[in-house]
Amino acid sequence: MEHAPPQFFHRGPAPVTRLTFFVLLSVLLMVLDARFRYAEPMRQLVALAVYPLQQLAIAPVSALAHTREFFSTQARLRSENAELRGEKLKDAEALLALETVRTENEQLKRLLAARERLAGDSIFAEIVYAGRDPFSRKVIIDKGGQHGLVAGAPVIDAAGVIGQVTRVQPLLAEVTLVTDKDHAIPVQVVRNGLRGVAYGSGDGTTMELRHMAANAEVEKGDLLATSGIDGVYPRGLPVARVVRIERDAAYAFAKIVAQPVAGTDQHRQVLVLARMDDTPAWSEESGRGARKSGRVKRPPRKGE
Amino acid sequence: MALESPGQQYLLLPVKAGFMFASLLAALGFNLLPWQDVRGVPDLLALVITFWCVHQPRRMGIGVAWALGLVMDAADGTLFGQHALAYAALAYAAQGLHRRILRFPLWQQALHVLVLLAASQLLMLAVRIAAGGTYPGASFFVGSLVAAVLWPVATALLLAPQRRPAEIDETRPI
Repeated sequence: MEHAPPQFFHRGPAPVTRLTFFVLLSVLLMVLDARFRYAEPMRQLVALAVYPLQQLAIAPVSALAHTREFFSTQARLRSENAELRGEKLKDAEALLALETVRTENEQLKRLLAARERLAGDSIFAEIVYAGRDPFSRKVIIDKGGQHGLVAGAPVIDAAGVIGQVTRVQPLLAEVTLVTDKDHAIPVQVVRNGLRGVAYGSGDGTTMELRHMAANAEVEKGDLLATSGIDGVYPRGLPVARVVRIERDAAYAFAKIVAQPVAGTDQHRQVLVLARMDDTPAWSEESGRGARKSGRVKRPPRKGE
Repeated sequence: MALESPGQQYLLLPVKAGFMFASLLAALGFNLLPWQDVRGVPDLLALVITFWCVHQPRRMGIGVAWALGLVMDAADGTLFGQHALAYAALAYAAQGLHRRILRFPLWQQALHVLVLLAASQLLMLAVRIAAGGTYPGASFFVGSLVAAVLWPVATALLLAPQRRPAEIDETRPI
């Protein structure tokens, strides 16, 4: 490096020049990505190119998981079966009650000429792997733009809300978990209807109910459910349970820590709900366009 | 001292570009495995990039490292350009230090590699914190430590095709 090489040892631009070029390019890309979201098409292209290799890497691991499922002992399956049957009975009762309430509700809404929120089809998906980025809490699911997923759709499991689809690639999609630092979800305390916004704390296990007055009526053990006022999450999905409240007179707000009820780290199967749309009319074309194979169809409702 | 290092002991066969490509692809495949928890999993791609930048600085360069970083960003869903920046800087540093690193015995080479890998992770950390992230804890750097421990293994494996036996033996399989 102490002297320039002679012309016949041609080596292209100097390393420092190359480094400067690529550093500037990276910084440009990062700014475009973080501030303006202009890098998405390029990311999708690269992601699609690496998709076969990714599948190759995932294949043995998922095959192992499936094999393990296959060889799960019969006793466990039987006990699980009995448990599920019991649960089904319990749920059936609740479901019947719910059905009556829903029809009643629909009639009332019609009376009020309220805009009926249309819940579209939901899409069943499986978690392929947890995101490897230690700075965020994300999972990758095996359905993407090809299956009709759109960014912003809420994702739930049997227990409650897991998160929201934040980035859609053609064959995969990225779900930001409710525990992610950048994720906020409008919630309501089920007990008394108090509204608030729960943010992920970023540590991977808890959420925080911010901007609640120090004397807000929240108790340990309260269940937080979606309030539905954001137009993204349907109303009434369980989100988290309050585990700790710190009220300090020095601060105007209480520090309320909650733990998600959904198994954000355990479950493999999730349900991607259609994004709630508050536009008044559901035109015929968009309704037809959205119906594609691979979806779990809801039973037709009354009057459909 | 110089004689102890494996690269200097005897002349090596010229490296095959196909083998370099295959090793990088294999390392990328390793990184794409569905790791549930990132802590402690070494970034093998960074290690292999460092290896080729140290052993073949004329063939492996900043551009290739940058492109591989972009692939990692797209696959991981991280900030687009984060890995690319870190890998480009890593390749630059490894290229600049390749003569110095190869003069040392293997375990001291590994110490150099540890510093390089940790510095590239530090760069990523700085970028993410500038973009509004939180510090994920000291365990973030454990991967670099594991990767540095793997440096002698990587050297043994990746240099194996270039090694010529001391006495040519026609019946030997490799």
